Amino acid sequence: MSEFQDLYQQVILDHNQRPRNFHALEGKVRRSEGHNPLCGDRLTVYLDVQDGQVRDVAFVGDGCAISKASASMMTEAVKGRTREEAEALFRVFHGLLTGDQVSPDDPRLGKLVVFAGVRDYPVRVKCATLAWHTLRAALEDRNDTITTE
Amino acid sequence: MSALTGGRPAPRPAPRDRAADGPAPAGPAAVPFDVDRIREDFPILRQTVRGRPLAYLDNAASAQKPRAVIEAVSRFYTDMSSNVHRGLHELSERATAAYEKSRATVRRFLNAADDREIVFLRGTTEAINLVANTWGVQHVRAGDEIVISEMEHHSNIVPWQLLCERQGARLQIAPITDAGDLRLDALEQLLNPRTRLVALPHVSNALGTVNPVRRIVEIAHGRGVPVLLDGAQAAPHLPVDVRAIGCDFFAFSGHKLYGPTGIGALYARAALLEEMPPWQGGGDMIASVSFEKTTYNRIPYKFEAGTPDIAGAIGLGAAIEYVEGIGWPGIEAHEKDLLDHGTRALSSIPGVRIVGTAREKVSVLSFVVDGVHPHDVGTILDGHGVAIRAGHHCAQPLMDRLGVPATARASLSFYNTRAEIDALEEGIRSVREVFGS
Repeated sequence: MSEFQDLYQQVILDHNQRPRNFHALEGKVRRSEGHNPLCGDRLTVYLDVQDGQVRDVAFVGDGCAISKASASMMTEAVKGRTREEAEALFRVFHGLLTGDQVSPDDPRLGKLVVFAGVRDYPVRVKCATLAWHTLRAALEDRNDTITTE
Repeated sequence: MSALTGGRPAPRPAPRDRAADGPAPAGPAAVPFDVDRIREDFPILRQTVRGRPLAYLDNAASAQKPRAVIEAVSRFYTDMSSNVHRGLHELSERATAAYEKSRATVRRFLNAADDREIVFLRGTTEAINLVANTWGVQHVRAGDEIVISEMEHHSNIVPWQLLCERQGARLQIAPITDAGDLRLDALEQLLNPRTRLVALPHVSNALGTVNPVRRIVEIAHGRGVPVLLDGAQAAPHLPVDVRAIGCDFFAFSGHKLYGPTGIGALYARAALLEEMPPWQGGGDMIASVSFEKTTYNRIPYKFEAGTPDIAGAIGLGAAIEYVEGIGWPGIEAHEKDLLDHGTRALSSIPGVRIVGTAREKVSVLSFVVDGVHPHDVGTILDGHGVAIRAGHHCAQPLMDRLGVPATARASLSFYNTRAEIDALEEGIRSVREVFGS
């Protein structure tokens, strides 16, 4: 079991079991759908942006532990940030998962470093980034469904 | 090449819809079934994955190839590579003879009446699309109906959907039980004077259900409705006799039958093929061409435009000969033992539920683990060297019907062992440990 601790870190399992900000947002908020057709994962990201700042963010949906935990931690990571900061964080996070440009020691990652193990499982990178792609669509106020394909 | 592949093909057992209950009777010429010796014929099975011996349990997605197949493909390229049906030279003669010998092998494998009833295509998907685009366009009109079922692979849904959109026809869906059995009574009720075709899987890819195809054909033919069978998952697991079944079309893929990818075949009764218009135009499918008029080649060549996958067809022939060399009685008995062992193993794990418990099944085990997404199951099993499929198995409407987003699926072949199923069980137990479920 130990060989999976890199991928399925306790923090990830915890967010999978008890996702944070796991609900819809009411009122005048942005909403984007994300879909991974390969595995059927679907999620909806709700975003309340005021004066260029993420005032509130939440999600609903179903998926694997990696995608659900990533969505949950994404909401915590971007709440209160400006749009530019959120997008910059996604770039760092994406860099961590897909290459050598971003080291797990990079302080900008914060808690998101728990996803470092995903880079050893290339087919699971899309699980970890689905919520972020969907967030970006909401930031850009696009209404089309984001797919990983 | 092993002694197994040199053996004479086992005598064809009595036609059945599926493997018999209990071990099939051993044919007089059958070589004793020896899984260790069979595994030596599959070079890929020797490797380790993530430091563990590979347990390849994803055979319904694609089966591994015995050396006999790999060598047959390689022999084509080293000894006779050339085009078929038109060369005047020695190599082309050899290639044509080998290609047509494979057609005869497929004909024998399906017990079709005539080599002309076998069309080489890329696989099951292309075969179904061919029927939809030729026979379908000819016979299906606005207001007509095509009957499929809730257990279809997308390849037996989408071609008919496209046809229906084009012709103004509609799909009718035969329901299944919660266990995964087709409801024959409901299927029968769907048939009416507007029904043009019944298109069903012989064996379900996601559940392993073996459908009572002879009974289905009887029911449909009783109403004058022809039947197409998606045979992709049947061909690797049980003897198929298209004449005993009585179906009008039967499609299967080579790569799930231990043959190369990119090759498969369509069986259709000669009278149907004669009537059907060609689909793709090009070389090899013509008798003569002028700018005013083209006359088409005779069947089956009318449907084989362009240079075919010659090496693939030869490899498919070798795969069938390999399977026949092992013999159905041994294959069916061993796969039934694996299915029973796997069913017991999975049932013994708390929180694990087998999806698909039809009365008649081939060795396919779909399952879900409480509180754990199938993709996480798949990743952890991969870490144990156990290769399975996780997802919707190209059967999204079936997943909706069963109320699960996806399942994990272990699909077993005659080269799998009880030890590999034990590795699967150990892996699933470790999934539960990781997730604390």
